[in-house]
Amino acid sequence: MPEGQALRAEPPALPLKTSARGDWMYQATITVFAAAIPLLLILIAVSIAVAAWPALSRAGFSFITGSTWDVGRGEFGAAPAIYGTLVSSAIALVLATPLALGVSIFLSEIAPKWLRQPVGFLVDLLAAIPSVVYGLWGIFVLVPLLRDPVGPFLRDTLHLGSTPLFSGPNYGYSMLAAGVILAIMILPFISAVTREVLLAVPRSQREAALALGATRWEMIRDAVIPYARSGIIGGIILGLGRALGETMAVTMLIGNRAEISSSLFAPGYTMASLIANEFSEATSDMHLSALMAVGAVLFIVTLLVNAIARWLVWRVTRGGT
Amino acid sequence: MKRLAVALLAFTTLACSADKSDDAAGVSSGGGSGSVDLTGAGATFPYPLYSKWFADYATQKGVRINYQSIGSGGGIRQLSEGTVDFGASDSPMTDEDIAKAKGPVLHIPTVLGAVVVTYNLPGLKAPLKITGEVLGDIFTGAIKKWNDPRLAALNPGVALPTSDVLVVHRSDGSGTTFVFTDYLASASPRWAAGPGRGKEVPWPVGLGGKGNEGVAGQVKQTPGAIGYVELAYAKQNALPFAAIRNAAGNFVLPSPDGMTAAASAVSANLPANTDYRLSIVNAPGAAAYPISSFTWILLYEQQADSVKARKLVDFLKWALSEGEKQAAALDYAPLPASMAAQLQTRLASIKVGTAQ
Repeated sequence: MPEGQALRAEPPALPLKTSARGDWMYQATITVFAAAIPLLLILIAVSIAVAAWPALSRAGFSFITGSTWDVGRGEFGAAPAIYGTLVSSAIALVLATPLALGVSIFLSEIAPKWLRQPVGFLVDLLAAIPSVVYGLWGIFVLVPLLRDPVGPFLRDTLHLGSTPLFSGPNYGYSMLAAGVILAIMILPFISAVTREVLLAVPRSQREAALALGATRWEMIRDAVIPYARSGIIGGIILGLGRALGETMAVTMLIGNRAEISSSLFAPGYTMASLIANEFSEATSDMHLSALMAVGAVLFIVTLLVNAIARWLVWRVTRGGT
Repeated sequence: MKRLAVALLAFTTLACSADKSDDAAGVSSGGGSGSVDLTGAGATFPYPLYSKWFADYATQKGVRINYQSIGSGGGIRQLSEGTVDFGASDSPMTDEDIAKAKGPVLHIPTVLGAVVVTYNLPGLKAPLKITGEVLGDIFTGAIKKWNDPRLAALNPGVALPTSDVLVVHRSDGSGTTFVFTDYLASASPRWAAGPGRGKEVPWPVGLGGKGNEGVAGQVKQTPGAIGYVELAYAKQNALPFAAIRNAAGNFVLPSPDGMTAAASAVSANLPANTDYRLSIVNAPGAAAYPISSFTWILLYEQQADSVKARKLVDFLKWALSEGEKQAAALDYAPLPASMAAQLQTRLASIKVGTAQ
């Protein structure tokens, strides 16, 4: 292949002028692409804000604090839905994060080589299941499970029934069901990111720890995870973002009840479910505007949560170095 | 390249032959251009029947109608914006809705539907008997146990369980909810004073399921649950349903005859200038099923396009005569004959030309 190499080594000389114009065109095109995304975001935000304004200006602050959603009487308080979105996502994170970390650490550090690919592939495959299929699975498998063995186990065997978290009747369709299904849905996102980040930790980092006499567990805990910390938190944020906006599966399992209850056995509501449920039959201007306002609040909550998470990453990475 | 050419040729041949069959079927009605002639959007509830109507009408008369079953609210919105030739809804447009439209809207009832009360009481053989007042008490949470004396009094000799009642309702806005709450509001003072009627209401108790299938799924899975779904859905899925006491004091199971009886009782004394935005819940009549309702096709009284207007009116006349005969097979009920005849004359009042 010496001929081929020789050819590649000598590219035909480009005239300088065309190159400059090409550079300029390239830069302009790329700039337009780059500007398009933030512009789109701003446009979406503005159009939602405009559509939401009538309801927000009429309800005022009570739109966020009020807990009565009565379309007929024109009273719109989205507090139960906001609460439900935050709580169901929090349950999902609490359940999914340790599981996803465990899977990733196992796959990147402990599992034999031949097992890594197939197990990793199967975990990633969880992300490919459509939301409505998760919902159906939830109705036929998860809800009966939560109603019978899991609910009584939590309440009676573990004696958690006296705590407000697990009090009241348990019909299966609940905040807990929504949180569990969300946990399963966001698990592949967190674990995929975490696995890649762990695999990217330099070999020297591990070897150094082992050379100092660390056991394998100490090596993972003290050398690998701290190195990958910001990436892991990034993965968790990605999962959280998905949990906040997930609609179909949650609507099918949460029980759709606009009420704030401390019990995880009680049905709840989320902002995304509220919009999905009511939009198709909304005809009055105020109702449509109120649903847009829910969309705006969801948008803001997602931005806020992301901002907080980013700040967390920033603090952690600064603390780590 | 060659393959593409062959495919194109095949396609054009197909299109030509389709056109030909259209022409043969009926140029008489002035249709059959090969493309869609009329577009409509709205209610999902009558969709199985409507899609059969549109298919039959296309083969008989060559007029093609494209209908999107996006929900009653969507149908009203699209009609108001003028993006469809007709809308369809399970609940009549409110005055506010009509004020937003581009002109006076005509409500044409097409068929009748019923909402049934379904429940999960293992071991119960005969249908549960219930009144509107007791139903209102259950759905407001005033009755919490199945062995409540008010329920026991209606079902003598039936061993009702001691378990809790779990109310299941629709979480999405729906015409089914409108009909059901319309009935509760007229039969139960407690309900009328509380949540009232609407396509979505603030439910005092219970779980919400999305769609008929969501409600039915939750009821089926949970012993002690009670909910409401459309009759057609309940029949096709073999769900149990309750006999409900009507205004005449008889317990009636839902049936096409019961719905038509409810409609005739109300339509018998209609003024000539009625706008047909009628509620027939809790109707008088010995055989009337009390949770019945019309479903409507909505169109502008003043039509801009004379060709489309002709086609639309022709179709509606066909639907109200020929179409009605297919209703019962799909668990809808036909309109009372006198009312269908009255509507035929009402259709003649549609004007063509631009609105003043």
